[in-house]
Amino acid sequence: MNDLTPTAEERAASLKGIGSTRKRVEDARFTQGKGNYVDDLKMEGMLFGDFVRSPYAHARVVSVDKEAALAVPGVVAVLTAEDLAPLNLHWMPTLAGDKQMVLADGKVLFQGQEVAFVVASDRYAAADAVELVEVEYEELEVVVDPFKAMAPDAPVLREDIADEKEGAHGPRRHHNHIFTWEQGDKDATEAVIAEADVVAEEMVYYHRTHPCPLETCGCVASMDKVNGKLTLWGTFQAPHAVRTVASLISGIAEHNIRVISPDIGGGFGNKVGVYPGYICSVVASIVTGKPVKWVEDRMENLMSTAFARDYWMQGKIAATKEGKITGLWCHTTADHGGFDACADPTKFPAGFMNICTGSYDIPVAYLAVDGVYTNKAPGGVAYRCSFRVTEAAYFIERMIEVLAIELNMDAAELRRINFIKADQFPYNSALGWEYDSGDYHTAWDKALNAVGYADLRKEQAARLEEFKAGKTRKLMGIGLTHFTEIVGAGPVKNCDILGLGMFDSCEIRIHPTGSAIARLGTISQGQGHATTFAQILASEIGIPADDITLEEGDTDTAPYGLGTYGSRSTPVAGAATAMAGRKIRAKAQMIAAYLLEVHDDDVEWDVDRFAVKGAPERFKTMKDIAFAAYNQAIPGIEPGLEAVSYYDPPNMTYPFGAYICVLDIDVDTGETDIRSFYALDDCGTRINPMIIEGQVHGGLTEALAIAMGQEIAYDDMGNIKTGTLMDFFVPTSWETPHYTTDHTTTPSPHHPIGAKGVGESPNVGGVPCFSNAVHDAFRPFGLRQSHMPHDHWRVWNIANSLGLHD
Amino acid sequence: MIPSSFEYHRPGDVAGAVALLSQLGEDARVIAGGHSLIPMMKLRMAALEHLVDLQDIDEMKGISVEAGRVRIGAMTTQHELLTSDVLAGAAPIVREASLQIADPQVRYMGTIGGNVANGDPGNDMPGLMQCLDATFTLQGPDGTRDVQARSFYEAAYMTDRADEEILTTISFDATDGGYAYEKQKRKIGDYATAAAAVLLTRDGGNCASASIAMTNLSDTPVWSEAAGAALVGTALDKAAVDAAVAAMLVDIDPTEDNRGPVAFKNHVAGVILDRAIARAWDRA
Repeated sequence: MNDLTPTAEERAASLKGIGSTRKRVEDARFTQGKGNYVDDLKMEGMLFGDFVRSPYAHARVVSVDKEAALAVPGVVAVLTAEDLAPLNLHWMPTLAGDKQMVLADGKVLFQGQEVAFVVASDRYAAADAVELVEVEYEELEVVVDPFKAMAPDAPVLREDIADEKEGAHGPRRHHNHIFTWEQGDKDATEAVIAEADVVAEEMVYYHRTHPCPLETCGCVASMDKVNGKLTLWGTFQAPHAVRTVASLISGIAEHNIRVISPDIGGGFGNKVGVYPGYICSVVASIVTGKPVKWVEDRMENLMSTAFARDYWMQGKIAATKEGKITGLWCHTTADHGGFDACADPTKFPAGFMNICTGSYDIPVAYLAVDGVYTNKAPGGVAYRCSFRVTEAAYFIERMIEVLAIELNMDAAELRRINFIKADQFPYNSALGWEYDSGDYHTAWDKALNAVGYADLRKEQAARLEEFKAGKTRKLMGIGLTHFTEIVGAGPVKNCDILGLGMFDSCEIRIHPTGSAIARLGTISQGQGHATTFAQILASEIGIPADDITLEEGDTDTAPYGLGTYGSRSTPVAGAATAMAGRKIRAKAQMIAAYLLEVHDDDVEWDVDRFAVKGAPERFKTMKDIAFAAYNQAIPGIEPGLEAVSYYDPPNMTYPFGAYICVLDIDVDTGETDIRSFYALDDCGTRINPMIIEGQVHGGLTEALAIAMGQEIAYDDMGNIKTGTLMDFFVPTSWETPHYTTDHTTTPSPHHPIGAKGVGESPNVGGVPCFSNAVHDAFRPFGLRQSHMPHDHWRVWNIANSLGLHD
Repeated sequence: MIPSSFEYHRPGDVAGAVALLSQLGEDARVIAGGHSLIPMMKLRMAALEHLVDLQDIDEMKGISVEAGRVRIGAMTTQHELLTSDVLAGAAPIVREASLQIADPQVRYMGTIGGNVANGDPGNDMPGLMQCLDATFTLQGPDGTRDVQARSFYEAAYMTDRADEEILTTISFDATDGGYAYEKQKRKIGDYATAAAAVLLTRDGGNCASASIAMTNLSDTPVWSEAAGAALVGTALDKAAVDAAVAAMLVDIDPTEDNRGPVAFKNHVAGVILDRAIARAWDRA
């Protein structure tokens, strides 16, 4: 060794492993328009499907006349529920244990519901024929309000189960009731509230919105009648689960189904579920023997495939007069639309809403959630969050603010005195979770110092005086949030979807020349898995990340996994990747010892090699070892260097963060100007800081959208009012503020590399932070709670109702 | 989101386009930049048999200023309006308003003629043209005629233009004095929640002339003669501005939509006009 010999640090850096700000390998193709999405697929003889959709939110389907549509040149078939019924495919199971119409079976339950599926030789002919399918409807009374849906005399929405007293999640007490889910100790909580010094009570509504990925949902189904194999390309966030579900409901043996998720242009939960378009495309391909493509347009995406949120959360929070929280009570009315198509682990019909005690040490709590049917689109997916965690975070972070008002306390201080302390982890929450790790006080103090919190409050007070003196019409708001996420579903003992345990997987093959391919059960939709998982592996096995190919999404080649949503990829598949890497390393150690002619125990791992203990100049690199694995007969060791790991996480991971937003509000126009946004995230070990920063920016921008304008709104007749991007708010760069990102690092104690999820944290924490800032601006005038989205007129309306226009 | 089939025509001159319209009758529509018409076609809310594309008609393009009169060919894009220094010198309010229209991609395609001729109450140019007292030149089978912007608009998407006529040229006098185009919108690309176009001239300390038009606050653009009159002869003190706002509020007739209810729109219209007057006066 001499001065030119790379040091261990230099060798580690050259691997571009964990901690490296490696550029995303995916971007070369994405930024050059070379991605390969479902709609890019072109196949010989491919047909196109298009839906006839209901203009009514609740109506009986009296008749469907296909004749004129079938006469359009190029039209091959028009499918209705009658055609699917003999195959028993006119209904399909949902991920939530309910069932959903594939095509309208006698009635429709939401505007935009699929009524008939036109199949034609090109999409123009299909669109022409859709216009010509004559459907006769008989309008029924519409219910869009979940509270009215539970009235004794409310119309029966789901006639198919009207008399069933038992649902997938226990007893039903009304014909429009889906389930009641209770957690915690009701009696103890109510007793605490009854005796508390202070109780703050508020209804917190988290409005209905939609993930609205850049690419809409779609698929191509191709049934090969010669070999009996069905190939299904689609925008699937969980391709293996789709394969299993497709097999179970179609009767096609699972080995004869190949599901492929190609490049996906964003998912955010919208692409977890199974949609009528997939079923109809498969049936149409089986019937015609030709590939059938179905891709929804933007309006169809917003009106029919999975929405998010729509939780009415009635809360009570009790505290001592010093501000120590003594109990939390919540009753949620969950509007699920016409079918319960939530994508949650089976045992969690309201997802992880029971993380609603947040970052606080709350001794006793109670949560009840009632799921209700209405005449709205089905869904209830985790839009850039773990299951219902953003609802939970919004609820507790609003309740904290309301309690601060009740106590006449600073909301930052109220949080500080109630945080779970670092020495309390692992912490068992009152609603049943074991928080794995956290250091909230450190993060909070760092955040408050970074923004100069005390000075901001002084400036705000000065601004308020100017406002009262008539010198300005702008108010300043300071939004605070400390959130705790729960991601990485999850331990198979309590997390499954349709009976499939929520483990995940990684399979690694090391090539003889020392490069590698790894395949995972997850599927990137923009998260950059090909970049980050290669980094995990680089650090584990000492092969440069650039020499590792990552492949996902093809069920014929990838190991079984539950897919990508709920920030589970890094906590679960990332762990599987590390564990598979360690299996590779274990075998490599034996090979290295053989090559170095020492005992296995006499070599030690050193970044990218095994070296003889005490003689670092005697070593074999991973590259040497890989070659030997394929070229030498080593006694007692099989040739080759491969490993697979199926990882069942022992616990969830609990990322957290401290966010602070400062904004100015023009009380006369309702316009808001985000002056600054500081986001401190703690996601444990940081695999790629640049990707984390990108994830945080993206999640915060979606949070901005939701908090400040984005909604799926219906009128009283169940007509969707926000069905285009003119009215459904997606921020452009113009509306997007500058973000300041920061971090602390509290590794997960149970994850192999200490990592937690991060992609969804900014949405979970961002929404309450923006909303709290708006509320905070009006706090001196008596505002307690005003529902999102805080668009111009609603903000104006706050000012108006507080008399600020008089 | 796929239109029904149609025949596509691309004439090379106005006479050819007018002849096509006369021959094809009400089944034909002209298309300029297409940013209003194409979405309507894709939604199948506009069904037409023939589309007559005007983009090859060079005589409908260009900006000129002669003897204090600005002439803009109808097929001039909003991007060209923004980048014309001649226009910026003659009527700077046009650049200020054009910057508020949609986004750069739309402005590369969208034309002033399409914007004013479509009769969409959300479009920014019709109100601006009323403020400028512009003249629209229409060419039909019987020749050309001029219509004032202030009498062109009848109702939403209903104008004085006959089916076989094409709006070819927009002209108005170069402005002097102060100007402002003030617009509140929910995001880039959105139509106005409320917008105000204001032109003012000053005579000493007093306002000598005033022209005020409002956008997306009625089913047509609203040129509020009374609002302007309330300012003339005053020093634009608070009472005068309040009177102008009050007069404007009489003339507009907003409807509730996703931007908000009527009371909100009326309030914002007043705030926006107040701000536009203040900025224009600063520049006068």
